[in-house]
Amino acid sequence: MHRAVHTLSQEATDLHENSREKVAQFINAGDSAEVIFTRGTTEAINLVAYSWGLRNLKQGDEVLLSLMEHHSNIVPWEILSKLNGFKIKYANVHGDGTLDYEDFEGKFSDKTKIACLSHVSNVSGVVNDAKRIAKAAHEHGALMLVDAAQSVPHMPVDVRDLDVDFLAFSGHKMLGPTGIGALYGKKALLEKMEPFQGGGEMIREVSYSKEKEHCGISWNDPPWKFEAGTPNIAGGIALAEAIKYLQRIGMAEVLKHEKMLTEYAVKKMQKCCTKLRLYGTTDTSMKCGIIPFGVEGLSSHDVALFCDNYGIMVRSGFHCAQPLHQIFKLQSSARASFYIYNTVDEVDRFVEVLKEIEQF
Amino acid sequence: MSTVEDYVARIEGACGEEKDVIVIFKYDKKEEAVKRILSKASLKNNLAGIIFELTFQGLSFRVYSSGKAIFRSIKSKEELHSILAALLL
Repeated sequence: MHRAVHTLSQEATDLHENSREKVAQFINAGDSAEVIFTRGTTEAINLVAYSWGLRNLKQGDEVLLSLMEHHSNIVPWEILSKLNGFKIKYANVHGDGTLDYEDFEGKFSDKTKIACLSHVSNVSGVVNDAKRIAKAAHEHGALMLVDAAQSVPHMPVDVRDLDVDFLAFSGHKMLGPTGIGALYGKKALLEKMEPFQGGGEMIREVSYSKEKEHCGISWNDPPWKFEAGTPNIAGGIALAEAIKYLQRIGMAEVLKHEKMLTEYAVKKMQKCCTKLRLYGTTDTSMKCGIIPFGVEGLSSHDVALFCDNYGIMVRSGFHCAQPLHQIFKLQSSARASFYIYNTVDEVDRFVEVLKEIEQF
Repeated sequence: MSTVEDYVARIEGACGEEKDVIVIFKYDKKEEAVKRILSKASLKNNLAGIIFELTFQGLSFRVYSSGKAIFRSIKSKEELHSILAALLL
Protein backbone atom coordinates (compact mmCIF):
# COMPACT_ATOMS: atom_id res chain seq x y z
CA MET A 1 0.00 0.00 0.00
CA HIS A 2 1.22 3.50 -0.89
CA ARG A 3 4.52 1.99 -2.01
CA ALA A 4 3.79 -0.28 -4.96
CA VAL A 5 2.46 0.81 -8.34
CA HIS A 6 0.50 -2.27 -9.29
CA THR A 7 -3.31 -2.36 -9.43
CA LEU A 8 -4.02 -4.18 -6.17
CA SER A 9 -1.74 -1.85 -4.25
CA GLN A 10 -3.51 1.17 -5.73
CA GLU A 11 -6.91 -0.26 -4.88
CA ALA A 12 -5.84 -1.00 -1.30
CA THR A 13 -4.38 2.49 -0.94
CA ASP A 14 -7.56 4.13 -2.22
CA LEU A 15 -9.76 2.06 0.10
CA HIS A 16 -7.52 2.78 3.07
CA GLU A 17 -7.33 6.53 2.44
CA ASN A 18 -11.07 6.72 1.69
CA SER A 19 -11.60 5.07 5.09
CA ARG A 20 -9.51 7.79 6.69
CA GLU A 21 -11.70 10.40 4.95
CA LYS A 22 -14.80 8.67 6.33
CA VAL A 23 -13.42 8.66 9.89
CA ALA A 24 -12.47 12.34 9.55
CA GLN A 25 -15.95 13.21 8.30
CA PHE A 26 -17.58 11.20 11.12
CA ILE A 27 -15.90 13.30 13.83
CA ASN A 28 -15.94 16.48 11.69
CA ALA A 29 -12.16 16.82 11.46
CA GLY A 30 -11.12 19.58 9.07
CA ASP A 31 -8.64 17.40 7.20
CA SER A 32 -8.17 13.64 6.85
CA ALA A 33 -4.47 14.21 7.61
CA GLU A 34 -5.64 14.82 11.18
CA VAL A 35 -6.72 11.17 11.52
CA ILE A 36 -4.08 8.61 12.44
CA PHE A 37 -5.04 4.96 12.42
CA THR A 38 -3.99 3.13 15.61
CA ARG A 39 -4.72 -0.22 17.22
CA GLY A 40 -7.28 1.49 19.41
CA THR A 41 -7.73 4.16 22.07
CA THR A 42 -4.88 2.88 24.25
CA GLU A 43 -2.34 3.08 21.44
CA ALA A 44 -3.67 6.50 20.42
CA ILE A 45 -3.13 7.89 23.93
CA ASN A 46 0.32 6.29 24.10
CA LEU A 47 1.11 7.89 20.75
CA VAL A 48 0.41 11.34 22.18
CA ALA A 49 2.29 10.54 25.40
CA TYR A 50 5.42 9.40 23.58
CA SER A 51 5.40 11.53 20.41
CA TRP A 52 4.37 14.75 22.09
CA GLY A 53 4.83 14.21 25.83
CA LEU A 54 8.29 12.64 25.78
CA ARG A 55 9.73 15.73 24.09
CA ASN A 56 7.54 18.46 25.57
CA LEU A 57 7.03 17.52 29.22
CA LYS A 58 9.83 18.18 31.66
CA GLN A 59 10.48 18.70 35.36
CA GLY A 60 8.29 21.53 36.66
CA ASP A 61 5.51 20.84 34.16
CA GLU A 62 2.13 19.45 35.11
CA VAL A 63 -0.32 17.05 33.47
CA LEU A 64 -3.91 17.23 34.61
CA LEU A 65 -6.09 14.11 34.70
CA SER A 66 -9.34 13.18 36.43
CA LEU A 67 -9.86 10.32 38.88
CA MET A 68 -12.48 8.76 36.61
CA GLU A 69 -9.99 7.93 33.85
CA HIS A 70 -9.58 4.48 32.38
CA HIS A 71 -6.14 3.11 33.24
CA SER A 72 -5.11 3.68 29.63
CA ASN A 73 -5.37 7.43 30.24
CA ILE A 74 -3.44 7.22 33.52
CA VAL A 75 -0.67 4.69 33.05
CA PRO A 76 1.07 6.19 29.96
CA TRP A 77 1.34 9.54 31.78
CA GLU A 78 2.58 7.92 35.00
CA ILE A 79 5.24 5.99 33.05
CA LEU A 80 6.32 9.17 31.29
CA SER A 81 6.31 11.12 34.54
CA LYS A 82 8.89 8.68 35.93
CA LEU A 83 11.06 9.28 32.87
CA ASN A 84 10.74 13.05 32.56
CA GLY A 85 9.99 14.10 36.13
CA PHE A 86 6.87 16.17 35.54
CA LYS A 87 3.99 16.21 38.03
CA ILE A 88 0.55 14.67 37.49
CA LYS A 89 -2.43 16.28 39.18
CA TYR A 90 -5.72 14.43 39.57
CA ALA A 91 -9.05 16.28 39.61
CA ASN A 92 -11.70 14.96 41.98
CA VAL A 93 -14.86 13.11 41.11
CA HIS A 94 -18.02 13.46 43.22
CA GLY A 95 -19.51 10.46 45.01
CA ASP A 96 -22.14 10.15 42.28
CA GLY A 97 -19.44 9.73 39.65
CA THR A 98 -19.77 13.22 38.16
CA LEU A 99 -16.71 15.34 37.54
CA ASP A 100 -15.84 18.06 40.03
CA TYR A 101 -15.47 20.82 37.44
CA GLU A 102 -14.41 23.43 39.99
CA ASP A 103 -11.63 21.17 41.21
CA PHE A 104 -10.53 20.37 37.65
CA GLU A 105 -10.50 24.00 36.58
CA GLY A 106 -8.88 25.07 39.87
CA LYS A 107 -5.96 22.70 39.27
CA PHE A 108 -4.90 24.43 36.03
CA SER A 109 -1.84 26.63 36.35
CA ASP A 110 0.77 28.08 34.02
CA LYS A 111 2.67 24.82 34.59
CA THR A 112 -0.14 22.72 33.07
CA LYS A 113 0.88 21.49 29.64
CA ILE A 114 -1.92 19.06 28.87
CA ALA A 115 -5.28 18.09 30.35
CA CYS A 116 -6.62 14.60 29.66
CA LEU A 117 -10.22 13.61 30.24
CA SER A 118 -12.67 10.84 29.38
CA HIS A 119 -15.57 12.18 27.35
CA VAL A 120 -17.76 9.46 28.88
CA SER A 121 -16.80 7.38 31.92
CA ASN A 122 -16.54 3.69 31.06
CA VAL A 123 -17.75 2.85 34.59
CA SER A 124 -20.58 5.28 35.31
CA GLY A 125 -21.54 6.41 31.82
CA VAL A 126 -21.33 10.03 32.98
CA VAL A 127 -20.80 12.43 30.07
CA ASN A 128 -18.18 15.08 30.75
CA ASP A 129 -18.28 18.59 29.33
CA ALA A 130 -15.06 18.20 27.34
CA LYS A 131 -15.67 21.51 25.58
CA ARG A 132 -15.65 23.38 28.91
CA ILE A 133 -12.42 21.72 30.03
CA ALA A 134 -10.81 22.28 26.59
CA LYS A 135 -11.63 25.99 26.88
CA ALA A 136 -10.08 26.12 30.36
CA ALA A 137 -7.00 24.25 29.10
CA HIS A 138 -6.48 26.66 26.23
CA GLU A 139 -6.92 29.67 28.52
CA HIS A 140 -3.94 28.33 30.47
CA GLY A 141 -1.91 27.60 27.35
CA ALA A 142 -2.37 23.82 27.78
CA LEU A 143 -3.44 21.18 25.28
CA MET A 144 -6.52 19.00 25.67
CA LEU A 145 -6.71 15.26 25.04
CA VAL A 146 -10.05 13.49 25.12
CA ASP A 147 -10.48 9.75 25.59
CA ALA A 148 -13.56 9.30 23.43
CA ALA A 149 -13.69 5.48 23.51
CA GLN A 150 -17.13 5.64 25.14
CA SER A 151 -18.50 8.70 23.33
CA VAL A 152 -17.70 8.42 19.61
CA PRO A 153 -19.63 5.09 19.33
CA HIS A 154 -22.65 6.41 21.20
CA MET A 155 -23.30 10.06 20.35
CA PRO A 156 -22.52 12.75 17.78
CA VAL A 157 -18.96 13.98 18.35
CA ASP A 158 -17.60 17.06 16.61
CA VAL A 159 -13.90 17.64 17.28
CA ARG A 160 -14.02 21.18 15.91
CA ASP A 161 -16.95 22.14 18.10
CA LEU A 162 -15.25 20.60 21.15
CA ASP A 163 -12.03 22.35 20.10
CA VAL A 164 -9.88 19.56 21.52
CA ASP A 165 -6.28 19.02 20.43
CA PHE A 166 -6.32 15.22 20.53
CA LEU A 167 -9.19 12.72 20.61
CA ALA A 168 -8.86 8.94 20.72
CA PHE A 169 -11.33 6.14 20.06
CA SER A 170 -11.61 2.44 19.17
CA GLY A 171 -13.32 0.58 16.35
CA HIS A 172 -14.45 -2.47 18.31
CA LYS A 173 -16.83 -0.42 20.48
CA MET A 174 -18.68 0.89 17.41
CA LEU A 175 -19.45 -2.28 15.43
CA GLY A 176 -15.98 -2.34 13.85
CA PRO A 177 -13.32 -5.00 14.35
CA THR A 178 -10.76 -5.21 17.14
CA GLY A 179 -7.26 -3.88 16.51
CA ILE A 180 -8.29 -0.65 14.80
CA GLY A 181 -8.93 2.79 16.21
CA ALA A 182 -7.99 6.36 15.55
CA LEU A 183 -6.30 9.39 16.98
CA TYR A 184 -7.50 12.80 15.91
CA GLY A 185 -4.87 15.53 16.29
CA LYS A 186 -4.85 19.12 15.15
CA LYS A 187 -2.72 19.32 12.01
CA ALA A 188 -0.42 22.07 13.28
CA LEU A 189 0.43 19.95 16.33
CA LEU A 190 0.94 16.75 14.35
CA GLU A 191 3.30 18.53 11.99
CA LYS A 192 5.52 19.58 14.90
CA MET A 193 5.46 16.21 16.64
CA GLU A 194 8.13 13.53 16.26
CA PRO A 195 7.16 10.02 15.09
CA PHE A 196 5.84 7.39 17.53
CA GLN A 197 7.49 4.33 16.02
CA GLY A 198 10.07 3.85 13.29
CA GLY A 199 9.70 1.75 10.16
CA GLY A 200 8.35 1.87 6.66
CA GLU A 201 5.92 4.50 5.36
CA MET A 202 6.64 7.00 8.17
CA ILE A 203 9.86 8.18 6.49
CA ARG A 204 10.44 10.26 3.39
CA GLU A 205 14.10 9.46 3.02
CA VAL A 206 16.82 7.42 4.68
CA SER A 207 20.21 8.27 3.21
CA TYR A 208 23.48 6.75 4.33
CA SER A 209 26.52 8.96 4.61
CA LYS A 210 29.74 7.00 4.31
CA GLU A 211 31.77 9.84 5.80
CA LYS A 212 29.57 10.20 8.88
CA GLU A 213 28.72 6.50 9.09
CA HIS A 214 25.19 7.59 9.77
CA CYS A 215 21.75 7.54 8.15
CA GLY A 216 20.07 10.91 7.71
CA ILE A 217 16.30 10.53 7.96
CA SER A 218 13.45 12.84 7.06
CA TRP A 219 9.88 12.11 8.12
CA ASN A 220 6.82 11.69 6.00
CA ASP A 221 3.91 14.13 6.45
CA PRO A 222 1.12 13.46 8.96
CA PRO A 223 -0.76 11.18 9.26
CA TRP A 224 1.71 8.69 7.71
CA LYS A 225 4.54 10.00 9.92
CA PHE A 226 2.76 8.22 12.79
CA GLU A 227 1.90 4.98 10.99
CA ALA A 228 5.07 2.89 10.88
CA GLY A 229 4.93 -0.45 9.12
CA THR A 230 2.17 -2.09 7.16
CA PRO A 231 -1.10 -0.69 8.50
CA ASN A 232 -4.22 -2.62 9.46
CA ILE A 233 -5.73 -2.06 6.01
CA ALA A 234 -8.68 -4.41 6.46
CA GLY A 235 -9.37 -2.95 9.91
CA GLY A 236 -9.50 0.62 8.58
CA ILE A 237 -11.85 -0.35 5.76
CA ALA A 238 -14.10 -2.28 8.18
CA LEU A 239 -14.17 0.67 10.58
CA ALA A 240 -15.31 2.94 7.75
CA GLU A 241 -18.08 0.45 6.89
CA ALA A 242 -19.20 0.43 10.55
CA ILE A 243 -19.30 4.23 10.45
CA LYS A 244 -21.42 4.17 7.29
CA TYR A 245 -23.86 1.83 9.03
CA LEU A 246 -24.05 4.08 12.11
CA GLN A 247 -24.49 7.16 9.93
CA ARG A 248 -27.43 5.53 8.17
CA ILE A 249 -29.11 5.21 11.60
CA GLY A 250 -27.87 8.63 12.71
CA MET A 251 -25.80 9.20 15.85
CA ALA A 252 -28.54 11.31 17.43
CA GLU A 253 -30.86 8.28 17.05
CA VAL A 254 -28.21 5.97 18.53
CA LEU A 255 -27.97 8.23 21.58
CA LYS A 256 -31.75 8.53 21.88
CA HIS A 257 -32.21 4.74 21.79
CA GLU A 258 -29.52 4.17 24.43
CA LYS A 259 -30.93 6.85 26.72
CA MET A 260 -34.40 5.34 26.41
CA LEU A 261 -33.08 1.88 27.33
CA THR A 262 -30.99 3.26 30.20
CA GLU A 263 -33.89 5.19 31.67
CA TYR A 264 -36.18 2.17 31.33
CA ALA A 265 -33.59 -0.18 32.85
CA VAL A 266 -32.76 2.12 35.78
CA LYS A 267 -36.43 2.54 36.69
CA LYS A 268 -37.17 -1.18 36.35
CA MET A 269 -34.07 -2.22 38.32
CA GLN A 270 -35.01 0.21 41.11
CA LYS A 271 -38.63 -0.92 41.14
CA CYS A 272 -38.20 -4.69 40.87
CA CYS A 273 -34.99 -5.48 42.71
CA THR A 274 -34.62 -5.26 46.47
CA LYS A 275 -30.98 -6.23 47.02
CA LEU A 276 -29.66 -4.20 44.13
CA ARG A 277 -27.47 -1.12 44.47
CA LEU A 278 -26.95 1.26 41.57
CA TYR A 279 -23.64 3.10 41.69
CA GLY A 280 -23.15 6.66 40.53
CA THR A 281 -25.79 9.00 39.27
CA THR A 282 -28.99 7.54 37.86
CA ASP A 283 -29.88 10.83 36.16
CA THR A 284 -30.00 9.70 32.55
CA SER A 285 -29.75 13.29 31.30
CA MET A 286 -26.13 13.20 32.51
CA LYS A 287 -25.10 9.81 31.21
CA CYS A 288 -24.93 7.32 28.35
CA GLY A 289 -26.06 3.69 28.28
CA ILE A 290 -23.95 2.34 31.14
CA ILE A 291 -25.34 1.18 34.50
CA PRO A 292 -22.88 0.10 37.21
CA PHE A 293 -24.49 -1.97 39.96
CA GLY A 294 -24.04 -4.56 42.67
CA VAL A 295 -26.17 -7.19 44.38
CA GLU A 296 -26.03 -7.42 48.17
CA GLY A 297 -24.00 -10.41 49.36
CA LEU A 298 -22.63 -11.26 45.93
CA SER A 299 -19.45 -10.31 44.14
CA SER A 300 -19.63 -8.68 40.73
CA HIS A 301 -18.21 -11.92 39.28
CA ASP A 302 -21.06 -13.94 40.83
CA VAL A 303 -23.52 -11.61 39.10
CA ALA A 304 -21.70 -11.76 35.77
CA LEU A 305 -21.36 -15.55 35.84
CA PHE A 306 -25.03 -15.97 36.74
CA CYS A 307 -26.13 -13.61 33.93
CA ASP A 308 -23.78 -15.42 31.54
CA ASN A 309 -25.80 -18.57 32.08
CA TYR A 310 -28.74 -16.79 30.42
CA GLY A 311 -26.67 -15.34 27.58
CA ILE A 312 -26.57 -11.91 29.21
CA MET A 313 -23.13 -10.38 29.15
CA VAL A 314 -22.30 -7.91 31.88
CA ARG A 315 -18.78 -6.87 32.73
CA SER A 316 -17.48 -7.43 36.27
CA GLY A 317 -14.44 -6.15 38.12
CA PHE A 318 -13.12 -2.60 38.17
CA HIS A 319 -13.29 -2.07 34.42
CA CYS A 320 -9.70 -0.77 34.28
CA ALA A 321 -10.78 2.20 36.39
CA GLN A 322 -9.60 1.39 39.90
CA PRO A 323 -9.34 5.00 41.19
CA LEU A 324 -13.04 5.58 40.45
CA HIS A 325 -13.92 2.40 42.36
CA GLN A 326 -11.90 3.77 45.29
CA ILE A 327 -14.14 6.86 45.19
CA PHE A 328 -17.21 4.61 45.09
CA LYS A 329 -15.62 2.65 48.00
CA LEU A 330 -16.05 -0.57 46.03
CA GLN A 331 -13.88 -3.61 45.40
CA SER A 332 -15.61 -4.02 42.05
CA SER A 333 -18.88 -3.50 40.22
CA ALA A 334 -21.02 -5.22 37.65
CA ARG A 335 -21.82 -3.11 34.59
CA ALA A 336 -24.76 -3.35 32.25
CA SER A 337 -24.34 -1.48 28.99
CA PHE A 338 -26.50 -0.96 25.95
CA TYR A 339 -26.06 -0.35 22.26
CA ILE A 340 -28.26 -0.02 19.21
CA TYR A 341 -28.97 -3.76 18.99
CA ASN A 342 -30.46 -4.01 22.51
CA THR A 343 -34.20 -3.97 23.12
CA VAL A 344 -36.70 -3.28 25.91
CA ASP A 345 -37.50 -7.01 25.98
CA GLU A 346 -33.86 -7.75 26.71
CA VAL A 347 -33.91 -5.26 29.60
CA ASP A 348 -37.01 -7.03 30.96
CA ARG A 349 -35.23 -10.39 30.72
CA PHE A 350 -32.14 -8.92 32.40
CA VAL A 351 -34.20 -7.63 35.35
CA GLU A 352 -35.91 -11.04 35.67
CA VAL A 353 -32.48 -12.66 35.93
CA LEU A 354 -31.42 -10.08 38.55
CA LYS A 355 -34.54 -10.88 40.58
CA GLU A 356 -33.58 -14.55 40.42
CA ILE A 357 -30.03 -13.94 41.58
CA GLU A 358 -31.34 -11.97 44.54
CA GLN A 359 -32.73 -15.27 45.87
CA PHE A 360 -29.20 -16.55 46.54
CA MET B 1 -3.58 -40.91 35.34
CA SER B 2 -5.46 -37.59 35.37
CA THR B 3 -3.87 -34.34 36.51
CA VAL B 4 -5.30 -30.96 37.55
CA GLU B 5 -4.11 -29.61 34.18
CA ASP B 6 -6.41 -32.06 32.41
CA TYR B 7 -9.36 -30.14 33.83
CA VAL B 8 -8.11 -26.56 34.18
CA ALA B 9 -7.79 -24.27 31.14
CA ARG B 10 -6.44 -21.32 33.07
CA ILE B 11 -6.37 -19.57 36.42
CA GLU B 12 -6.82 -15.81 36.65
CA GLY B 13 -6.69 -13.23 39.41
CA ALA B 14 -10.21 -11.83 39.81
CA CYS B 15 -10.24 -8.23 38.63
CA GLY B 16 -11.23 -5.98 41.52
CA GLU B 17 -11.61 -8.67 44.14
CA GLU B 18 -8.69 -8.86 46.48
CA LYS B 19 -6.92 -12.22 46.48
CA ASP B 20 -9.78 -14.00 44.70
CA VAL B 21 -8.86 -16.36 41.92
CA ILE B 22 -11.04 -17.61 39.10
CA VAL B 23 -10.46 -21.15 37.87
CA ILE B 24 -11.72 -21.75 34.34
CA PHE B 25 -12.23 -25.39 33.47
CA LYS B 26 -11.54 -26.78 30.01
CA TYR B 27 -14.64 -26.63 27.81
CA ASP B 28 -14.83 -30.36 27.19
CA LYS B 29 -14.09 -31.19 30.83
CA LYS B 30 -16.18 -28.58 32.61
CA GLU B 31 -19.22 -30.76 33.30
CA GLU B 32 -17.06 -33.55 34.69
CA ALA B 33 -15.07 -31.06 36.78
CA VAL B 34 -18.20 -29.50 38.29
CA LYS B 35 -19.66 -32.96 38.96
CA ARG B 36 -16.49 -34.15 40.71
CA ILE B 37 -16.31 -31.01 42.85
CA LEU B 38 -19.97 -31.25 43.85
CA SER B 39 -19.48 -34.89 44.86
CA LYS B 40 -16.58 -34.04 47.20
CA ALA B 41 -17.42 -30.64 48.69
CA SER B 42 -20.26 -29.78 51.08
CA LEU B 43 -23.08 -27.75 49.60
CA LYS B 44 -24.04 -24.64 51.58
CA ASN B 45 -26.29 -22.94 49.04
CA ASN B 46 -27.43 -23.46 45.48
CA LEU B 47 -29.08 -20.98 43.14
CA ALA B 48 -31.04 -22.51 40.26
CA GLY B 49 -28.29 -25.06 39.62
CA ILE B 50 -26.11 -22.21 38.37
CA ILE B 51 -24.17 -21.03 41.44
CA PHE B 52 -23.09 -23.51 44.11
CA GLU B 53 -21.67 -22.23 47.38
CA LEU B 54 -19.44 -24.96 48.79
CA THR B 55 -17.00 -25.73 51.58
CA PHE B 56 -14.08 -28.11 51.42
CA GLN B 57 -11.34 -28.59 53.99
CA GLY B 58 -12.51 -25.44 55.78
CA LEU B 59 -12.38 -23.37 52.61
CA SER B 60 -15.47 -21.62 51.26
CA PHE B 61 -15.76 -21.20 47.48
CA ARG B 62 -18.24 -21.02 44.63
CA VAL B 63 -18.62 -23.18 41.55
CA TYR B 64 -20.64 -22.16 38.50
CA SER B 65 -22.35 -24.57 36.15
CA SER B 66 -20.78 -22.69 33.24
CA GLY B 67 -17.46 -24.29 34.27
CA LYS B 68 -15.80 -21.77 36.54
CA ALA B 69 -14.95 -21.57 40.22
CA ILE B 70 -14.01 -18.64 42.41
CA PHE B 71 -11.79 -19.25 45.41
CA ARG B 72 -11.31 -16.62 48.06
CA SER B 73 -8.35 -15.98 50.35
CA ILE B 74 -6.02 -18.37 48.59
CA LYS B 75 -2.48 -17.83 49.87
CA SER B 76 -0.46 -19.37 47.08
CA LYS B 77 -0.57 -21.17 43.74
CA GLU B 78 0.61 -24.31 45.51
CA GLU B 79 -2.30 -24.16 47.98
CA LEU B 80 -4.80 -23.75 45.12
CA HIS B 81 -3.24 -26.60 43.16
CA SER B 82 -3.42 -28.87 46.16
CA ILE B 83 -7.12 -28.04 46.75
CA LEU B 84 -7.94 -28.54 43.07
CA ALA B 85 -6.12 -31.87 43.10
CA ALA B 86 -8.14 -33.00 46.11
CA LEU B 87 -11.39 -31.88 44.49
CA LEU B 88 -10.82 -33.10 40.94
CA LEU B 89 -8.67 -36.22 41.14
